[in-house]
Amino acid sequence: MTPDPPPLATHASPSPAFEVADTTAIEKARNDLDAHTVEMMAWHFHPSTGCPFWLHYAQSLPFNPLKDVNRYDDLKKFPPFEDEWLRGGPLQRWVPRAFVDKALYVFETGGTTGVPKSRVACCDFRTDYEQFSATLPEEYFPRGANWLMLGPSGPRRLRLSIEHLAQCRGGISFCIDLDPRWVIKLIQRGWMEHLEAYKQHCIDQAITILEAGHDIRCMFTTPKLLESLALALEKKGTTIRQAGITGIFSGGTEFTPQWTRFAVEELLDGAYMTPTYGNTLMGLAASRPVGPADGYTIAYYAPQPRAVIEVVDCNDTNSIVPYGGTGRVKLTTLTQETFVPGFLERDEGEREQPYKQYPWDGISGVRPFHKLSSAATVGVY
Amino acid sequence: MHLPALRFGKRYESLDRATLVHFLSGETVAEVSQVGGAMLSRDLQKFSRAARQAILGIEPAEIIKRMQAAGRLYACGTLSNAGSQQSPEDFVKQQSATTGLPESLCRANMQKNLFVLANLDRMLDALSRGLPSEVFWKGYGREGRGVIVSYQAQSPVLGLVLPSNSPGVHTLWLPVIALGIGLVIKPGGQEPWTPYRMTAAMIEAGIPEEAIGLYPGATDVGAAILANCRRSMIFGSARTVEQYRAHPNVQVHGPGLSKIILGDDCVDDWQDYMDVIVESVAANSGRGCINASALFASRHTDEIAAALAARLGPIDVRPPEDPEATLAAFTVQGAAKAIWEQIEVGLKAPGVTHATAGYGNRFVEGERCGWLRPVVVHCSSPEPAIAKAEYMFPFISVVRCPQHDMLAKIGPTLVGTAITNDPVFQSALSDSVDIDRLNLGPIPTTKLDWLQPHEGNIIDFLYRSRALQTPADSPVRVS
Repeated sequence: MTPDPPPLATHASPSPAFEVADTTAIEKARNDLDAHTVEMMAWHFHPSTGCPFWLHYAQSLPFNPLKDVNRYDDLKKFPPFEDEWLRGGPLQRWVPRAFVDKALYVFETGGTTGVPKSRVACCDFRTDYEQFSATLPEEYFPRGANWLMLGPSGPRRLRLSIEHLAQCRGGISFCIDLDPRWVIKLIQRGWMEHLEAYKQHCIDQAITILEAGHDIRCMFTTPKLLESLALALEKKGTTIRQAGITGIFSGGTEFTPQWTRFAVEELLDGAYMTPTYGNTLMGLAASRPVGPADGYTIAYYAPQPRAVIEVVDCNDTNSIVPYGGTGRVKLTTLTQETFVPGFLERDEGEREQPYKQYPWDGISGVRPFHKLSSAATVGVY
Repeated sequence: MHLPALRFGKRYESLDRATLVHFLSGETVAEVSQVGGAMLSRDLQKFSRAARQAILGIEPAEIIKRMQAAGRLYACGTLSNAGSQQSPEDFVKQQSATTGLPESLCRANMQKNLFVLANLDRMLDALSRGLPSEVFWKGYGREGRGVIVSYQAQSPVLGLVLPSNSPGVHTLWLPVIALGIGLVIKPGGQEPWTPYRMTAAMIEAGIPEEAIGLYPGATDVGAAILANCRRSMIFGSARTVEQYRAHPNVQVHGPGLSKIILGDDCVDDWQDYMDVIVESVAANSGRGCINASALFASRHTDEIAAALAARLGPIDVRPPEDPEATLAAFTVQGAAKAIWEQIEVGLKAPGVTHATAGYGNRFVEGERCGWLRPVVVHCSSPEPAIAKAEYMFPFISVVRCPQHDMLAKIGPTLVGTAITNDPVFQSALSDSVDIDRLNLGPIPTTKLDWLQPHEGNIIDFLYRSRALQTPADSPVRVS
């Protein structure tokens, strides 16, 4: 039996402060997603292109993904994706046969304790950031401008991605590293002086680069580092904007409406900031424009059809909550490099109506999933 | 009612709000704006020096008068607290509703705060050992013997990370403004009431609003205070104490492990001291670090435990508005149960007996909260872990221990009431560095003389006594 499709957005909802997508655009996006899903099944479950993991796994399934998945909602036929599958080697089991001769990367998440989850990649990160690049307003992120990447690099994909973003926009990216695994250890051990010193070490490097005449106008950073950078610049009698920055993109679960309001009203001195939500598995979800008219609501939209975010009932993860309802983030990745159906993220939030620019469901109020949050160390960088 | 952040004179309503509910009914009592640590860090960068300057712009004697007036307003006035009118009775009901303290104890704590402010002149005189207040305003001056003294402020503001468990702790920071130092406060999550009402009273009495910041929020606000204030005070658990013990900029207040020690010369008359012991254990629902958590004696310990159990064991839960109510609720769901389970583990150790076992269940479960009725434990030696425990309700371990071993076994003791007339033992008690406040004689551990320093002299924490010289004929006058 095929489950009912999720309800589509309607204009009957209480008038939102943003432009809701029209029914035609929503239906077209849905049809595109269904077609893309079928295309991805043909890719990942065909012996000439699929990866060893899925080809082997398909043999244990009570259905045939090549024949029985005819639209996105048919992906619910797959059993829950277990994140433990992403830990450990051999990594080659995830490499689609079509990519075995390509230059490969491995990107990791977590990793504070035990074996980190990993994703093998070839070009996805570049594609994701090229698509994201198209959403950036030229006025604040001018082409040809240089970038500062102030955030976690190491085994994460962020550094390479930002560098590619800068390059595809005709600029050069200056990189300052922060190791979040060490930061988490500092917090867990209560070494707050070390934490402060490490943060200062990163900020000092950032200010040195910003003052070195590199004409840096765009920046990626995390909310915590953005705060620290703004405060450090204020201490020197200047501001983020006066240091040359016109556009910032930033990400993390600390992006609450209040934090954004504080940043816009008090930290940025007129620099433009766009929040993003992303991770190694999904790619990058852009946000609707954020501002006071919308109560600084931050709503993210996945880069559909390459990735899909659903806000699902915590107890029935195949059931999508109503618009405005709270649920857990369920992520599906559908690229030629990676197929991950129905991955339950460690986050929760509220389901948002489709936006004109992104005519599919979004999510707002993203925060750590309440049933897991007591054990997690969040907001570390 | 909505409590906004107060940013050194600027009211700020956050989009993030915490909802405080009544611990029995679950009804909303107030919403509290929640701000982030970065806002506080930024404000400290901009406003902390101005906070001190705003105070120093007023004569010290006038500041004391205004603080005394603030005490009267706090205790008796109807104040505009964050836009709402709040009478003393409103305050008591609100504080009781979110902390679980019986209303009678809320009123008693108000009187304690009033006492400190009413006697601020005497307290500052005692703590400064008679120094003219102008020395703190100017940084130096000539004391009574004609010698130049210099006291250098170590921070323009004192940072406070306040707890929710006992409104009594506020007495510690009340003298700070009168010492010419501003305040930046993270109120306790469940007990924002005292800092807000006290701030409203101070401003009403003429203390500059630029001198005080109130920043309710999550743990990052506390971290920002500790990272940015050159002097701060934090209240927390034993873990918090351990974390900041060696930090010279932080005065950390944790479990007190206060004790009563019965000397061999007085122990046979133990019945004479029952009132002192009971008050030490049960005052303010046993929530304070100054409540006794252990009694050490060399003999009669079984009888003492039984007699204490007979006095404390029958105490039962009453509605918060009942004037006879003495037990506070644990308003964090599951907390009372978890503590009771911990105690049950401790009771299984060899040499430990539960003296209040015959007085009914100790753990009382409510719909949204829990209570723990008084527990008296007997330990045949100081070794069991429960002999070194402290809990936030009336709890005492009566420990059998030879007098000659007591000082080696008592461990850290915030308040030690030693009932002995033996001069040799008194001398040893006076020398013990484990005891912070020493009461020689039958004085409840909870009875504090506010003219004496508590957990270190606040002046020594806020100011550094240093050398300052002027040419011999240069006049240095302070009054």
